[in-house]
Amino acid sequence: MTTTSLTDSQRVVVTGLGATTPLGGDVPSTWQALLAGKSGVAVLTQDWVESLPVHIAASAAVDPSETLERVEVKRNDRSGQFALVASREAWADAGSPDIDGDRLGVVIATGIGGVLTTLANYDLLREKGARRVHPLAVPMLMPNSAAAHVGLDLGARAGVHTPVSACASGAEAVSYAVDMIRGGRADIVVAGGTEAAIHPLNMAAFAQMQALSTRNDEPERASRPYDKGRDGFVLGEGAGVLVLETLEHARARGATVYAEIAGAGITSDAHHIAAPDPVGRGATRAMQFALKAAGLAPEQIAHINAHATSTPTGDVAEAKAIAGVLGDAVGTPCVSATKSMTGHLLGAAGAIETIFTVLALRERTAPPSVNLDDPDDEVRLDVVRGEPRRLPDGPLAALNNSFGFGGHNVALAVRSVDQ
Amino acid sequence: MAASEQEILEGLAEIVNEETGIPTSDVQPDKSFTDDLDIDSLSMMTIVVNAEEKFGVRIPDDDVKGLSTVGDAVSYIQKASS
Repeated sequence: MTTTSLTDSQRVVVTGLGATTPLGGDVPSTWQALLAGKSGVAVLTQDWVESLPVHIAASAAVDPSETLERVEVKRNDRSGQFALVASREAWADAGSPDIDGDRLGVVIATGIGGVLTTLANYDLLREKGARRVHPLAVPMLMPNSAAAHVGLDLGARAGVHTPVSACASGAEAVSYAVDMIRGGRADIVVAGGTEAAIHPLNMAAFAQMQALSTRNDEPERASRPYDKGRDGFVLGEGAGVLVLETLEHARARGATVYAEIAGAGITSDAHHIAAPDPVGRGATRAMQFALKAAGLAPEQIAHINAHATSTPTGDVAEAKAIAGVLGDAVGTPCVSATKSMTGHLLGAAGAIETIFTVLALRERTAPPSVNLDDPDDEVRLDVVRGEPRRLPDGPLAALNNSFGFGGHNVALAVRSVDQ
Repeated sequence: MAASEQEILEGLAEIVNEETGIPTSDVQPDKSFTDDLDIDSLSMMTIVVNAEEKFGVRIPDDDVKGLSTVGDAVSYIQKASS
């Protein structure tokens, strides 16, 4: 199964992981909490919550001010702070590679960008006047701010990019990084996604779309993908970042290789600005393209980290698309819906779920989905419920799906790599 | 009562430290914001905006350009607040 037409100079592998999430301030703590089935969702304590229909969210487990310098906190939007924390962990995990900055790239995606900075400065403008607007507001609120700050931090001069495709952004960043490396633009790319959008305006706006769960009395049970009682997603925040390079480059410097990003499929629905295509045509094509790019057959997929946000329509559309792509092999992969624990990190979701997919293959353990008490009759998938599931011995492959408002579909194929 | 030069210097040093991380002890009257403290124009604006709030003064953008040293800023603020 690990045979591929690509050479080691074309195969792009993961050599470093970093994250800060509602489950933990780094990758090890997040992964352990995920395997333990812990929820990162809680009732918000901010006083503005009472005026909203939704009182719950998945806030970061560790505030970035606990690890960053005070000036770094002041000069970065919260989304940039998360990105710095995660990228530094990923870079250290990759062994802090000795690389010419001209050959180092950064791709940090976001769904909304520096929206907390935008809104805080609008408050300042209205309450105190134009003179009180922060002189660094623009470089903090611009969507590429997090990527640019990470690029500055690492000295990356091969290009700094910010894909924006709503909740598919983080996965699109990983795909973009693969293209940068295969295209010869960079030897190493630091790629991922970040989001910090827990604010009454954003929550009111998502709530007006009927997109958020209102299970305010049971926050830990609010995110329940595939369950009949699901009533929307839970907003989360944080960042996930991966270090990517070719297998040849990784081996030449003696790096630890987690897994290979074997293929990516990106499509668009052209169906509706926010609603998913009811039969998931765009999602289907994305998965098919990812499998083809990776040279994988459906029966070779042992695990899927689904997009599965816990919305009534989205979960079923994706489940149908997965079933259609896998055909007779629909029962083979075990499916994890990790947003049941992390909540939905929007532009960071695709990145942290790529990390989860990579770790699932590396550790041969699929994380559980929680709160799936009464499965939706339309979902014909083998969902990992309650406890983690051991994956088979031998070479492994997996899919990670990410979809976003606007009709964005990204599927990534991940494959184990022999050490 | 208007603040003394020493009080203004200490208050300014706190702002510079808060906005840039430069130690307060480095913020001395003879230091140039750009040449000695390596403060760029955007950082200078954040210092000015915070100083305006702290000392209750207004420092027009054209006047900011004339404040090359910490001592220049201290004198300007004292004059403006007296």
